[in-house]
Amino acid sequence: MFLINCPYCGERDQQEFKAGGEAHIERPKQPTELSDDEWAEYLFMRKNIKGVQFERWNHAHGCRKWFNMVRDTSTDDIKAIYKMGEKPPTQ
Amino acid sequence: MTKNLRVKSSEYIDETSRISFKFNGKTYHGFKGDTLASALLANNVHLVGRSFKYHRPRGIMTSGSEEPNAIVQINPGTNRTEPNVRATEVEIYEGLEASSQNCWPSVEFDIGGINNFLSPFLPAGFYYKTFMWPASFWEKYEFFIRHSAGLGKSPTSSDPDIYDHRNIHCDVLVIGAGISGILAAKNAAKNNFKTLLVDEKNELGGLTVYENNEFNKIDNKTPSEWLKKEIEELKVIKNLEIKTRTSVAAYHQYNYLLARENLTDHLEAKDKTNKIRQRLLKIRAKKVILATGALERPLIFNNNDRPGIMLSSAIKKYSEFYGVACGSKNIFFTNNDSAYESAMSLYNKGINVEAIIDIREQSESKIVKKVKEAGIKVYWSHTIVDTTGYKRLNSVSIMKLSNDGTSVTGSKISISCDCLGVAGGWTPAVHLYTQSGSKLKFDEEIKAFLPNQNTSEQISVGSCGGDFKIDEIIKNLNQKLKDTLNINETDLDNIKVEIDQENSKRNIWLLPSDKPLGKTKPFVDYQNDATAKDIKLALREGFRSIEHVKRYTTTGMGTDQGKLGNMHALGIIADTAGVKMGELGTTTFRPPYTPLTFGTIVGRNVGKFFDIFRRTPMNDWHLENKAEFENVGQWKRAWYYPINGETMHQAVQRESKAARESAGILDASTLGKIDIQGSDASEFLNRVYTNAWSKLAIGKCRYGLMLNEDGMVYDDGVTTRLGENHYIMTTTTGGAANVLGKLEDYLQTEWPELDVYLTSVTDHYATASLCGPNSKKILKKIIPDLDLSDENFPHMSFKEAKIGNVQCRIMRISFTGELSFEINVQASYGKHLWEKCIEAGKEFNITPYGTETMHLLRAEKGFIIVGQDTDGTMTPIDLQMDWIVSKKKYDFIGKRSLYRSDTMREDRKQLVGLLTEDPNVVLEEGAQIVSELNQSPVEMLGHVTSSYFSPNLKKSIALAVVRGGKDMIGKQLFVPMESKNINVTVANPVFYDEKNERLNA
Repeated sequence: MFLINCPYCGERDQQEFKAGGEAHIERPKQPTELSDDEWAEYLFMRKNIKGVQFERWNHAHGCRKWFNMVRDTSTDDIKAIYKMGEKPPTQ
Repeated sequence: MTKNLRVKSSEYIDETSRISFKFNGKTYHGFKGDTLASALLANNVHLVGRSFKYHRPRGIMTSGSEEPNAIVQINPGTNRTEPNVRATEVEIYEGLEASSQNCWPSVEFDIGGINNFLSPFLPAGFYYKTFMWPASFWEKYEFFIRHSAGLGKSPTSSDPDIYDHRNIHCDVLVIGAGISGILAAKNAAKNNFKTLLVDEKNELGGLTVYENNEFNKIDNKTPSEWLKKEIEELKVIKNLEIKTRTSVAAYHQYNYLLARENLTDHLEAKDKTNKIRQRLLKIRAKKVILATGALERPLIFNNNDRPGIMLSSAIKKYSEFYGVACGSKNIFFTNNDSAYESAMSLYNKGINVEAIIDIREQSESKIVKKVKEAGIKVYWSHTIVDTTGYKRLNSVSIMKLSNDGTSVTGSKISISCDCLGVAGGWTPAVHLYTQSGSKLKFDEEIKAFLPNQNTSEQISVGSCGGDFKIDEIIKNLNQKLKDTLNINETDLDNIKVEIDQENSKRNIWLLPSDKPLGKTKPFVDYQNDATAKDIKLALREGFRSIEHVKRYTTTGMGTDQGKLGNMHALGIIADTAGVKMGELGTTTFRPPYTPLTFGTIVGRNVGKFFDIFRRTPMNDWHLENKAEFENVGQWKRAWYYPINGETMHQAVQRESKAARESAGILDASTLGKIDIQGSDASEFLNRVYTNAWSKLAIGKCRYGLMLNEDGMVYDDGVTTRLGENHYIMTTTTGGAANVLGKLEDYLQTEWPELDVYLTSVTDHYATASLCGPNSKKILKKIIPDLDLSDENFPHMSFKEAKIGNVQCRIMRISFTGELSFEINVQASYGKHLWEKCIEAGKEFNITPYGTETMHLLRAEKGFIIVGQDTDGTMTPIDLQMDWIVSKKKYDFIGKRSLYRSDTMREDRKQLVGLLTEDPNVVLEEGAQIVSELNQSPVEMLGHVTSSYFSPNLKKSIALAVVRGGKDMIGKQLFVPMESKNINVTVANPVFYDEKNERLNA
C-alpha cells in the first residue's frame, strides 16, 4: 500500500488514489490528419515496463487532481511526483 | 494415565485459579495463565492430532505460533467454533472445549491411519499422477478427494462476534517484545518518538524473560531478572503504547502493516458478549523496528514426528514459564548448545534428563561442562537413527555418525524415553521483513537467511537480525537505534554483559539412518507429511525451482506455512542438487504470518454494512407503497409497485398501460447530474458529445451521446442550457461517477486552457418524471400559473417555476415517447414534490412506475440503454444513430475512431428490432441469434439485448444486435433455445409511435 505524496494535499494512503496508466501520451491535436496506424498508436499502444515508468495518478477520493508519478514497477519505489504540465524529471 | 506433571509453581501461572476445560470430550484441569498446550502437557497428554496425509499421531512440538501439529478445533459445534487453531496459542478459560482435527472416529483410533501403511504408494504428486486418467472421471474423483481434504470444520452458523478496524499512525513501530524489542521501544519512546510495541503473546519478554543460564549476566543479574526490571520501567514511559496478543499479519510497502489484536479469545463465553473480539490494526509507521526473534529448528531424522518429540526450547519454556515437565524420562538431541540450557533448566527443577545426543564431536562451553558435572550422559558424534512408540515416544536408537555426517557406523544403542527435545539451531524470523519487499542474503555461518537490503525505513534487531548472543544483541541494537533514530546516546551505552562465549555448531540438514532413505520417514513438513524422501523424489523427477518443489511436495503449504521445516527443505534441495543455498533463494513469504479469521478482515462491513447503498429522497414513499427494489450501481431504485399480490409481470404490464393511457410517475432522482459552468462550457460540450452544442438556445434541452476515444458509446443523457455559460448535464445512473471522472481528466490534462468548472449535483436534486397524456393537466394543478402550452413550453425545453414556495426546474423531455415533464427540486423537498404529484394525479389514476416499466416503455420506442443494448463495442453508427453524429465538427472524443477501417465495416453488429412469429413468445435477453439451424458449427449473428411483452402493442418485442442487421429488415432469423427454436423477424427498432406524435398529445 503506497504512501503517495499528492502535490496538492501531501502524503495520503494509496486507497485514496486511482492509477491512470502511462503518462505523457498527448492527445493528437489534429486526429483527422492521422492514418489509421498513427491513430492506433495513440489509442492502443502502451508500454508495460519492468523498471522505471512514468504514469498518471488521480487523487480520486481527495482533491480529484491528476498528476504524474515516476515509479519503479519492479520495486514500487516512487521516484518522483510532479503536477500535470510540469516537465518530467530527467534520470 | 492422567498424572500431574506440574513440577514447580511459576510466576506466570496462577495456581489459585483452577480452570476446567474439555479436550476431545474429557475434562481436564489447568490454571489461569496456561495455554491449552501447557495444560494438556501438565496432564501428560501429548497425542493431540493426526497428520494431514498419513494420519500419523502427532503431539505438541512447540510453544508458539510456529506449531505445525497441535492444531485443534476450538469450541466445536458452536457458532464460535474455529478450526486450525494452534493449541500453543490458546489461553485456557473456564468452559473451553477443544477437539482434535483430521481424525475419525477419534484421535486415539483413526481409520485414516491406514494411510501410514499405504505410504509407500502415496509419494509426492500421488494425486496428480493417479487421478489424471481417464480425464472424464475427474468429477467422480473430486467428490472423494474433497471429502478427505481440509483440516478443521468451518462454523455453520453466523459469527456472533463483533470485529473492528483501527488506523494507527506512529513514529516507530516495534514488532516483538523480547529483549531487543523492549529495549528498542523504551529508547524510542524516551526520545519522544510516538512508539507502538506489539507482541503476539500475552506476556512481554520473549525468550529472555525465562533465560536463567547462570553463565550469562547483564549488569550482574541473570537476563531474566534484568529484563523483568526493564519491563516494569516500560509501563510508565510516555509516548509508548503496548499491545499484547497482537500479531502482525502483513508488512506491506511504505511501512503499512496489518496486525490482529486479540481482545476476547482468552475470556469465558459470558465475558465475550457485546465486546469486540478482534481488531484489525492498520498501521502506518514512519520507522519499523523488527524484533521478531528466531524460531528453533528441529532436526530431520527417521520418525522424527512422534508425540513426545518437541523442540528443546519449547521443553524449556514449558518448564520455566508454565512449571510443566513434558516428560519424566527426557532426552535431548542437538547440534548446538541450546539443548544444554534446556537440560540444565529441567535438571534444576528436579526433572529427569536421561541423556544428550550431540552430533558435534565436542563442545567446551561452560554450560556443557555444567551438564557433565550434573551427571547427564552426553553422546558426542551420535545421531538418532530411529524412534519407537506409536502414540507416544518410548525409545530412540542412536548410532555413531561418520566424520562426513552422511552415514552411521558401529552398533545401535537404544535408550528408553518419553520425551525428546530436538535443537537444530535457530532460524531468524524474517517473514515480515521479506513481506515488506526487502531482500535476504544467505549467511553461511549460521546457515540461515538474514536481512540484507532494506527497502523501507526499517531495522531488524536481535535474533531476527542474526544476533543470538546477548552481548552482540545489545551492542548491535545500540548502534542501530542510534543510526535509525538519529540519537547520540541510549541507556544501553553502559550495560555490562558477561556471556558463555563458546558457540559451536554442526549443521546437517538430513541426518542419516542405518536404513536406506526409502525405508525411513524423516519429516520436513510435519503438518503436510512431506518427507526428505518426497523432496528428493521431486528433484529426481526434474523439478528444480524451489517454488515448484514446494508445490509438488506441499512442503511449507500447511497452515503453519512451514515455519519449522522450510530451511531444511532448502538445505536438502541444495545438497541434493549440488548448489549453494544462497543461489537457490527462498520461497515467497506471504501474509498473513499466522491465519486471520474472515471476521477480522471484514470488520464492521457485514450485514447491511457489507456494501454502501444510496437511497433517493422519495425512498420512504416507495417503501410505504410496497415497492420492490433493484440495485442500480449503489442506488436502491424502485423496480415495480405490485398491488393485490400481483406478480412482477402483472405489475409491469399494468404500470406500462397506465403511463401511456393516462399518467405515470417515475422517481428519476438517481440520474447523474453534473453542473457545468464557465465561458468555454459550450465548446467543452462540443468536444465531449458527438453532436453540436454551440447553437443550443438558453432554456433548451438536447440529447447527447458520449463516446470513448475508441469510438464506442460510453454514456448518454439530456443536457439543458440554463444560461449563456451554464449547463446541467444528466448522465446514466450507473455512469455518473465515471463520466465526471472522464470529463475532469480531459479538462485537467488535455484541455487545461478551457474555462470550465464541473460540479456533481446528483445528490442535490430530487427528480420526479411525470409521463402520459394527462401529465400536463397534473402539472397545471400543482403549478397553475405556468404556461404549459406547446408554444411557450415545447418539447425539449426548460422552465423554472415554483411549487408553492419550492423552486423547481422543469424539463419537458421524454424517455418513454409520451408527453413528459421532469421536475427537479432541492433534494430535501423530493418527497414533498412526489406526494404533491400523486395527490394532484389521483383523478387521473396516476400510477407510480419503477425501472422495469421505464425499460419496457423506452424499448417500445427503440431508445437504447447504455450498458444494456451497448457493451463497449457499439459505435453510434452500429446503433443506427448516425443522426446524432455531427459531420461538421472538426473533432470530438472518439470521432477519429469512427473512421477506422474496423469501425467502418458494414458487417458489424448493428442494433435492430426483433418480432417473434408467435407474438406471445418473449425472447430471453442474452439469447443467441442465428440464420441457419443446420449449420455446424453454427454461426452466431448476435444476441438479444432487451426483450419484453408490450401491453400497448399486445405483442412481444425485442432489441438485438445482429451482424449486418441494418440491411436485414424483414428477414427471418432464429433464436435457438434449449427446448425449441423461435422464429423471429428483423424489424425497425422503433415499435411504437414512429412519428413521435404522442410527445405533443
